[in-house]
Amino acid sequence: MGVSPLPGGIGCLHESSGRPKLDLEMNRTVTIEVRQLDRVVIRFAGDSGDGMQLTGDRFTAETASFGNDLSTLPNFPAEIRAPAGTLPGVSSFQLHFADHDILTPGDAPDVLIAMNPAALKANLRDVPRGSTLIIDTADFTARNLKRIGYDENPLETGELDAYHVVPLNLTGMTVESVKEFGLTRKDASRAKNMYALGLVSWLFQRPVESTISFLETKFAGKPDIRDANIAAFRAGYNFGETAEEFSVRYEVKPARMATGQYRNISGNLALAYGLVAGAQRAGMPLVLGAYPITPASDVLHELSKLKRFDVTTIQAEDEIAGVGAALGASFGGALGVTTSSGPGISLKSETIGLGVMLELPLVVCDIQRAGPSTGMPTKTEQADLLQVMFGRNGEAPLPVVAAQSPADCFAIAVEATRIAVTYRTPVIVLSDGYLANGSEPWQIPVIEDLPTIDPNFTTAPNATNDKGEPVYLPYLRDPETLARAWAVPGTAGLDHRIGGLEKEDKTGNISYDPANHDLMVRTRQAKVDGITVPPLEVDDPDGTAKVLVLGWGSTYGPIGAACRRVRKVGGKIAQAHLRHLNPFPPNLGDILRSYDKVLVPEMNLGQLAMLLRAKYLVDVVSYAQVRGMPLGAAELAEVIGNLVEETEGIDDDARHLGADAAAVTHGEALHDPIAHNGHTSNGQSSNGQSSNGHTSTGHLNPEGAR
Amino acid sequence: MTSIDLGLPGLRGVPTADEPQNRKEYVSDQEVRWCPGCGDYAVLAAFQGFLPELGIKRENVAMVSGIGCSSRFPYYLSTYGMHSIHGRAPAIATGLAVARPDLSVWVVTGDGDALSIGGNHLIHTLRRNVNLKILLFNNRIYGLTKGQYSPTSEPGKVTKSTPMGSVDNPFNPVSLALGAEATFVARTIDSDRKHLTDVLRQAAAHRGTAIVEIYQNCPIFNDNAFDAFKNPETRDDAIIPLVHGEPIRFGTDGRLGVVRDGFASLAVREVASLPGGEADLVIHDAHADDPAYAFALSRLTDAGVLHQAPIGVFRSVDRPAYDDLVRQQVTTSKETQGPGDLQSLLTGTDTWTVN
Ligand SMILES: Cc1ncc(C[n+]2csc(CCOP(=O)(O)OP(=O)(O)O)c2C)c(N)n1
Ligand code: SF4
Ligand SMILES: [Mg+2]
Repeated sequence: MGVSPLPGGIGCLHESSGRPKLDLEMNRTVTIEVRQLDRVVIRFAGDSGDGMQLTGDRFTAETASFGNDLSTLPNFPAEIRAPAGTLPGVSSFQLHFADHDILTPGDAPDVLIAMNPAALKANLRDVPRGSTLIIDTADFTARNLKRIGYDENPLETGELDAYHVVPLNLTGMTVESVKEFGLTRKDASRAKNMYALGLVSWLFQRPVESTISFLETKFAGKPDIRDANIAAFRAGYNFGETAEEFSVRYEVKPARMATGQYRNISGNLALAYGLVAGAQRAGMPLVLGAYPITPASDVLHELSKLKRFDVTTIQAEDEIAGVGAALGASFGGALGVTTSSGPGISLKSETIGLGVMLELPLVVCDIQRAGPSTGMPTKTEQADLLQVMFGRNGEAPLPVVAAQSPADCFAIAVEATRIAVTYRTPVIVLSDGYLANGSEPWQIPVIEDLPTIDPNFTTAPNATNDKGEPVYLPYLRDPETLARAWAVPGTAGLDHRIGGLEKEDKTGNISYDPANHDLMVRTRQAKVDGITVPPLEVDDPDGTAKVLVLGWGSTYGPIGAACRRVRKVGGKIAQAHLRHLNPFPPNLGDILRSYDKVLVPEMNLGQLAMLLRAKYLVDVVSYAQVRGMPLGAAELAEVIGNLVEETEGIDDDARHLGADAAAVTHGEALHDPIAHNGHTSNGQSSNGQSSNGHTSTGHLNPEGAR
Repeated sequence: MTSIDLGLPGLRGVPTADEPQNRKEYVSDQEVRWCPGCGDYAVLAAFQGFLPELGIKRENVAMVSGIGCSSRFPYYLSTYGMHSIHGRAPAIATGLAVARPDLSVWVVTGDGDALSIGGNHLIHTLRRNVNLKILLFNNRIYGLTKGQYSPTSEPGKVTKSTPMGSVDNPFNPVSLALGAEATFVARTIDSDRKHLTDVLRQAAAHRGTAIVEIYQNCPIFNDNAFDAFKNPETRDDAIIPLVHGEPIRFGTDGRLGVVRDGFASLAVREVASLPGGEADLVIHDAHADDPAYAFALSRLTDAGVLHQAPIGVFRSVDRPAYDDLVRQQVTTSKETQGPGDLQSLLTGTDTWTVN
């Protein structure tokens, strides 16, 4: 099998513009054709030591600054360095970018960059036939191939004939390109990820300045390594430019987005920023108590950099101490926060229960991962919903909110802070591994537009005793919110003792009185039930759908993409997504009852479905997948399509909507691509230099999105 | 908030009271509910009597306790207080102390609370040297749960859960604290108000974590566990008094003393039997940097039934307090990077604009 110069190997390729162009800027004499695409899914895969996450991050940054809409899916092994060249050691990063708004990182890659045989083998099953494989052939030795179960070289057996294969000795070319820096072969070859990045940056016409300034900053202390990486990156780019293999480049125009200033952001970073923003809006210092755990540790890392924002981070001796320190800080009038994942939340339960009893603000973030027990730490899941709802002794209700996309982690953290401070209660924020590590463009909010949060500390007596003397009653409540009067230590005349023992109404003194306990249990429940939550909005374009798809958390993207597909093939479907799981939005019951069928897709065995059935007596249909991966839009479209037809009474064998919807390729497009001249990028390297003044001059996409 | 330096490093940053205070002001309106004769009463009375002399604002005292009989302590003091959950008080108090440099933070805990379920938090608080004071009520039993053996009970102890006698080897709380690199470690006795108050005073003055083990009698489930230290017949020979700068000599007519004995060990000897007499005795040095000496002292405590133990301040050394360092980093980062500008943080360095 010979070299295939990407003859249309990209899955969602449009017709070429038919006007082969001469790229003067690049001093190239041969004609390079530029083909328009509306979207591309690209996956970088290699050994966990190959720097695939970094490569993906850089390609994402280039793509974001170019103005495409995008969505990313990193996927890495739990082991830091599984043995090199083995299947368990493969790490990958998938990026979906488009000239229209998209909701998911894509079901399947159009282009796979495989840095070794294991990366090829581990990822091939996800790659549809007809896609492009760019393969580094350097490690395709008989020994390496044997090790991962290939008896023969797949590049030679013809088994890849259905793909467009571009075999290149990327490692060899990298070593050659950095010769002048006198590095060892091993060190030199480590720049191969930058070589590959340079090549695909050329292929997709990405702006490269930000990557160069990134490398300059990252390796500022190691000039050899810095120069080698930059040289490799440039060499990869130039290779695309000069090599005869490549006669086609691709162009994906910037996406039409609401006007404003954007950046790219991952879920964990957005969460950290949201917590800081929430604390600032409340005028409270933030104290994080946390114990490292995947995939939550990055929130600890990010917050630990933000000390100048009155953020204190305590890396505690364990999960219990983490939440304990947070609660202690809250007792002192700070915003106590703890971040963890499922196993840590289990350990924190007793302290969270104490927070329920003390009625103090506390934000508890559960970045869910696949369980039970240690489960699959680097894989995503939504199976902690019932744990956070009910995983405490006694009647210990607390509010639960869930982010629906990486950028939404910011808004949800601000919302959690509002609820925690206003109602004096622990609040659970649910995110998951997919949101935590995934990223998307984010319209940067204006601080002044965020809600203000009033801690409303009590600073003077709030009642009088039998003798008519002014006193402070710590459990006297605001009649509206049922929030208790909160005086912090240091407030003269309001000293008081609180604890985990049941408290007498108003005074907070220890009480074992039966009627008082009943009252307090019901009051704590009523307080949480009465939290104001915005009504749920339903996306039901013409209001005639019979089936509603209802989700929560990170399934928002796949569900939204699936619904678009179903609508594209004529199906009528309504979609709604819950960000508030306790209390539910006030109109949820009415909405559920107004559809013939309600489908609830979840990455667990039907936990939200159970809550809905219990609370509303509506027989929702659960669609449950627990594979440690996000739901796929195509499979979901098929399930939805089938349910729509079933609801309409169409016989099993006459149904086609699901299959049609699953087959939609441009399923996510809602809008036509932008006829853009309004897009400017402001790439600033970290050393403050303006590195990118790109202004797009592209043509209208000839076909547009359908 | 006013903050006047009282000269006590442990209280630096805590505002001083405008007027002298008295014991009564620190007595809360809650009825005390320990069993009659419980050693906790004496400690409470001593503590209420001692707090006014610190001269700090009452509202700037915060008590945090775990669960156990002794952990009811905060309810009886008219200060801010939190009766938390079993074993976690040191962790909660750490967050409070970090967030509030203007508070004098005290942890009240029992031998089960601190050394069993909360052992992890205890050692880590000590190693970090958070500026808080820990009162460890050691009655060598689980009082609140009605009399099971604890991690300080003597081997062979017969209790409800050990009808054939406990087979557990106990902790020596002072040794444990020293092993955890505590900077201030002391031991006192519930019934000796003067000594107790004196130790509390030194603990309050210490910047960093001060842990005070209080031998506390539980007349209901472990009566007379410390009888040797209280009985006029035996106490002179039982109490090894530690006074910084003085030779460690005790016993009826000062007949006993502590001497160096082999590699890093100490032993009790009849002074009369020593070639150099009193000159051979160890001079107590609570400020010795090397904890090995204090550790050797702690080993003079009986592991089983108590007949003899050192009482006083074993170790008191300076090391930066965790909460001070944490706050210093916040200050430094504001000084070097300027106070945080949230809008520019959110904006970051890689943005694009859609017009
Ligand atoms: C999580 C948890 N486990 C068990 C208990 C029961 N419990 C309460 S106090 C206690 C032991 C108390 O012993 P100690 O700390 O020595 O205090 P004392 O009562 O002797 O003062 C136990 C086991 C509890 N409250 N919480
Ligand atoms: S059980 Fe013992 S420790 Fe508890 S209150 Fe009674 S006497 Fe005191
Ligand atoms: Mg006890």
